[in-house]
Amino acid sequence: MITLQKLAKVFNTKDGAVTAVDDIDLTIDQGEIFGVIGYSGAGKSTLIRMLNMLEAPSEGTVEVAGKPMHTLKNRQLREARQEIGMIFQHFNLLWSRTVAENIAFPLEIKGLSKSEQKERVDELIKLVGLEGRGGSYPSQLSGGQKQRVGIARALANNPKVLLCDEATSALDPKTTDSILDLLVDINKKLGLTIVLITHEMHVIRKICHRVAVMENGKIVEQGDVLDIFRRPRQEMTKEFVKQVTEPEETEEALNHLFGEEGIGQVLQLTFVGGETQRPLITDVIRQFEVDISILQGKISQTQHGSYGSLYISMRGDKNTVKEAVDYIRAQQVEVEVIHGG
Amino acid sequence: MDKLIAASALFGEVNWENMWDATVETLYMTVVALLFTFIFGIMLGLLLFLTDRGQLWQNKTAHFIIGAYVNIFRSIPFIILIVLLIPFTRTMLGTMLGPSAALPALIIGAAPFYARMVEIALREIDKGVFEASKAMGATNGQIIRKVLLPESMPALVSGITVTAIALVSYTAMAGVIGAGGLGDLAFRDGFQRNNPEITFTATIIVLIIVFILQFIGDYITNKLDKR
Ligand SMILES: Nc1ncnc2c1ncn2[C@@H]1O[C@H](COP(=O)(O)OP(=O)(O)OP(=O)(O)O)[C@@H](O)[C@H]1O
Ligand SMILES: [Mg+2]
Repeated sequence: MITLQKLAKVFNTKDGAVTAVDDIDLTIDQGEIFGVIGYSGAGKSTLIRMLNMLEAPSEGTVEVAGKPMHTLKNRQLREARQEIGMIFQHFNLLWSRTVAENIAFPLEIKGLSKSEQKERVDELIKLVGLEGRGGSYPSQLSGGQKQRVGIARALANNPKVLLCDEATSALDPKTTDSILDLLVDINKKLGLTIVLITHEMHVIRKICHRVAVMENGKIVEQGDVLDIFRRPRQEMTKEFVKQVTEPEETEEALNHLFGEEGIGQVLQLTFVGGETQRPLITDVIRQFEVDISILQGKISQTQHGSYGSLYISMRGDKNTVKEAVDYIRAQQVEVEVIHGG
Repeated sequence: MDKLIAASALFGEVNWENMWDATVETLYMTVVALLFTFIFGIMLGLLLFLTDRGQLWQNKTAHFIIGAYVNIFRSIPFIILIVLLIPFTRTMLGTMLGPSAALPALIIGAAPFYARMVEIALREIDKGVFEASKAMGATNGQIIRKVLLPESMPALVSGITVTAIALVSYTAMAGVIGAGGLGDLAFRDGFQRNNPEITFTATIIVLIIVFILQFIGDYITNKLDKR
């Protein structure tokens, strides 16, 4: 659906040339939710803005839905853009228009008749769950509702691709989740290809099928979300993975425990995929002469199953403990001894 | 009753018919000049904005020329501008008498003044909405009609209110070229013939006009502003 080849963007600034995107090759398939993650300044926005030519590439080619975007001009470019929806961190709604009028905006651009516009707007308002708010102005809506308007507007002309530039970064965690749910819903219902960029790993975890990690304008790692969580290779990727797998303040909380007597061996179990459903801990206690206490844990759902980590302390005979650990490892759960090993 | 007598004494010298004619002349000059100032000011302001760096019609030369025009005509004191424009007005209207003769000077003086305010109003628009409109495939014309003007409308209206009030005071100066109006009346009949009542009454009427303009402007601005 989207193919980028040798894509690069260099900005000429007063301080010299800034390479925002550096020689990127990337393919995104029809119907997938593709995430791009990276820290501020990595070049994520520049990359996504080159997909609809808001930013012209310095080099390379961009193909979206079979159209070579980098070669299009004027009318052709405008028509191609109508097949690519985009939503933004700060929503970018027209405050002078009501919700319904904002959603109708792209339809006006396309030149639909008033009655066609109204019909489509009603559909979209229902799709994003804003029934009864069509006459409100953006200033009367919450952030989450504004983003719903943004999504409805982006979907108005039945695009093939939806671009999301930090679409949830201005929202609180709960609202973020509801917007992400909506995106998954749309992806399934309409088979829409979604490209989203973010600096929050839990956004990737929650809805993406594949992810690319960006640093200094380059993609340093990419793959299926679960694989990336399982085996992050780059330091940068590991840091991002930690954002979701490690419960907050784990280190302090655990360090505090290490001082206590009889804490035994402290283990970090990392679950990847469907393992979380199994009564692993029960199995271990039944089969081995060990005491287990659970210290901390955080399990999250990804598009491909569960992922998370559990911190436990295990006490018992040295050999038995070792056997128990081997047993857990055999269940395809990764084990790291973080204290008393 | 006492008050009424006092009032009639105070306004005894006022010829209300003349006062009324002068008021109508002032209103006529203000309203007609305002209409044209609004149209030309928005056109100039849009050009000024759109030819600037990074905007839709980015054009250094055009931006410089329009900017220079606006700055020059905004800086010339109005009383001098009227005099400078006498030949121009005479060829255009064929006469230098009556309130219409003041119109070219009023419009040429006020349009650049308003154009700057239009430009500032347009600059206030969040860049994000241009991005969004472009991403949706809008043409430049659509962006101007459906985004630029509606999104800046409250600021455009409050700007035209300020301009309208400036125009009222410009009309007072237009008396020099025989355009009539309240300013002219206050100066000739009031000051030169030593009738302070006339000057006083004309002042009150000008103030009332200004207050009404301000009230209407504020009302519309508030109505339009959905932010
Ligand atoms: N219009 C521009 N002119 C000059 N430099 C720019 C421009 N836009 C972006 N850059 C530079 O390109 C680099 C990448 O910017 P970009 O906005 O793509 O980063 P980002 O990954 O989206 O960051 P963030 O998470 O903060 O949004 C930065 O160094 C930035 O300064
Ligand atoms: Mg960005």
